Amino acid sequence: MIVIQQYLILSAILFAISVMGIFLNRKNIIVILMSIELMLLAVNFNFITFSSFLHNLDGQIFVFFTLTVAAAEASIGLAILILLFRNLRSINVQDMDSLQG
Amino acid sequence: MTSISLCLLIILAPLVASIIVGLFGFAIGKTLSHSLTTLGVFIATICSYIILYRVHVEGFSYDGPLYTWLGVDGQYFTVGLLVDSLTAIMLVIVSSVSLMVHIYTIGYMAGEEGYQRFFSYISLFTFMMFMLVLSNNFVQLFFGWEGVGLVSYLLIGFYYKRESAIFANLKAFLVNRVGDLGFILGIGLILANFGTLHYQEVFNQLPNIVHATVPYTSWNLITFICILLFIGAMGKSAQFPLHVWLPDSMEGPTPISALIHAATMVTAGIFMVARLSPIYNLSPTALGVIVVLGGINCLFLGILGIIQNDIKRVVAYSTLSQLGYMAVALGCGAYSVAIFHLMTHAFFKGLLFLAAGSVILAMHHEQDMTKMGGLAKYMPVTYITMLIGSLALAGIPPFAGFFSKDMILESARVAYANGLPGGWFAVFATYASVIVTAIYSFRLIFMTFHGEERFRDISHHDNHGHGHGHHSFKHNNPKESPWVVTLPLILMAIPSVIIGWVGLNGFINNTIFTNSVFNYSWYVNFIQHEKIAPLEMIAHSFTELPVYLALAGILIAWIFHRKQYLTKRFVNAIRPVYFILERKYFMDDLYINLLAPIGRALGDFFWKIGDMVVIDGLIVNGSAKVVAWYAKVFRRLQSGYVNSYATFMVLGIILLLTFCSKLIFS
Repeated sequence: MIVIQQYLILSAILFAISVMGIFLNRKNIIVILMSIELMLLAVNFNFITFSSFLHNLDGQIFVFFTLTVAAAEASIGLAILILLFRNLRSINVQDMDSLQG
Repeated sequence: MTSISLCLLIILAPLVASIIVGLFGFAIGKTLSHSLTTLGVFIATICSYIILYRVHVEGFSYDGPLYTWLGVDGQYFTVGLLVDSLTAIMLVIVSSVSLMVHIYTIGYMAGEEGYQRFFSYISLFTFMMFMLVLSNNFVQLFFGWEGVGLVSYLLIGFYYKRESAIFANLKAFLVNRVGDLGFILGIGLILANFGTLHYQEVFNQLPNIVHATVPYTSWNLITFICILLFIGAMGKSAQFPLHVWLPDSMEGPTPISALIHAATMVTAGIFMVARLSPIYNLSPTALGVIVVLGGINCLFLGILGIIQNDIKRVVAYSTLSQLGYMAVALGCGAYSVAIFHLMTHAFFKGLLFLAAGSVILAMHHEQDMTKMGGLAKYMPVTYITMLIGSLALAGIPPFAGFFSKDMILESARVAYANGLPGGWFAVFATYASVIVTAIYSFRLIFMTFHGEERFRDISHHDNHGHGHGHHSFKHNNPKESPWVVTLPLILMAIPSVIIGWVGLNGFINNTIFTNSVFNYSWYVNFIQHEKIAPLEMIAHSFTELPVYLALAGILIAWIFHRKQYLTKRFVNAIRPVYFILERKYFMDDLYINLLAPIGRALGDFFWKIGDMVVIDGLIVNGSAKVVAWYAKVFRRLQSGYVNSYATFMVLGIILLLTFCSKLIFS
């Protein structure tokens, strides 16, 4: 029997991995986008878990919305990334430090 | 018109005239400028006499606020009017002398640069003096006090291109600051202990405070306040040791020497003490201090007058000496006598200054008496009026000065007999000073108006810039001054003769000041047993010492004038003393070489250490430096990498959640 804690732990692990992906990544900006997607998935996983355990479909419906928005967001993110690449000729995160004080 | 609106008119007429002439003097021209200011003071004079009539004949008096100037923490500072007999007398003195000086100035300053400026200043002075005299509280008194000080500063430095004038006005300003510090500390103590600055309310509370002491000490509070306030008076009324500015103030034009530095402003301190007589009566110690300082002024500064050659400086030292007389009268508790002498002095000393100015005018701004002589036949009006002034000053009966001075001597004796601390010194100083006064005033008369005509030899370029060019008395004689100059002389000579007769009874027996000036008990007791009438007093005076002292002084002056070789031999005989006198008892040296460097060193210390290091370096620039250093360190956090920002955000959220959950679940 799989208990709810196991689902939640899995989702937490996914979230933690994606957060660490953002924290530690210094090379590739696409990895950051991927990590963000993974965060959303981790959250979606929680939605589905609670939906299933509580016998309430609202959570799963919400996941559809989230996925849609995530897809739109990913496309905008990639578009920005392409513009960035055109200007900087690089997708290396360490090159993007124009905010430095 | 009601008396209140008359008082307002007295105050405002000179102010309005001063402002108009001060701001638009160049536009309206010289004639309109002097007419306007003279008119303003004339109105004030007329109103003053009406007030005097109403106060003395109809018994009018008033004490009330005009408007509230400032309210802080339940303390209200008002501009108010106090009209009583003392105010009325002072109003008449100030306005009369001021009017005479206004008229005189038309002639004296004709053709000088800054003509309108001068009129604007003296009208402003008149306004400030009225504010001082009419005030019913300490704040307004202080306003007028500082106001007259300001105008005095401006007028001493009237010839602002002359270096000595700038030095003199700075000196006057700084010395007066010392006095004013004491004055404002005294006012502060009154506010702290009485909770009010209104004269009458302070007087009403006196019985509760008589035995109070200054916190943390055993000093009597009243004595302390009295001495602090008198330090203010020492600055303004040029009492030893703050007298040093007055002789130097002669750098200003002569009319203001007459108005400000003889007749009115320098007597403000005397007026103040008389006004506060209920307070001073409670402190014989403070009276003793006043008597001793007054005695020093009276005798020792009078002696300096004997060796001066500058005609104005002789009169200036005599002013110091006469202020000493007034202070002695105050210290002896005979306040009304002090005011009496203040009044007679205002007229005869104003007269002496104006006459000296007339001589200076005729000599084309030569002030050295060794270059004068024999002017009597060329300037009869000036000569006679100045002679009257000098007779009054020397205290020869029946001139005005005789009555007031004789009463001061009398009051000193009474105070001594009743055991006033320092009383013996007062008696000695006042008696000795009678002979000194006669010597210097008649030395001036003899040197200026008699003897050989030494001015024939002088020929000098006029350096006052009104362009008469080269002067010489080789062939043409000195001329009497124009009527605008001689008229005030004559008008001032009249009171110098008669005011003693008129005022005697009222001032001496204090029937005038029944509700405003309260003489000390020993004087009141003494005067009750004396019936004093002018004629009897004159007759009586010939059986007593002072008149003979004065006559002896005149005789000494005459002998030394006639026998010049005697003078030389005498000076040689007392060479060391003469040297000390020439250096003015080293008071100037003391200030310039000792106190001023200490002050400057202190200033340097506060500037270099206090200001530059502590305030600028540590506080102002220091705080900026701390911010800059902090920024330098923490800017390293601004790596510019989005992921590090994200890291901090998440860490921040974790921290926040941790604390929140602790708060919620504990």
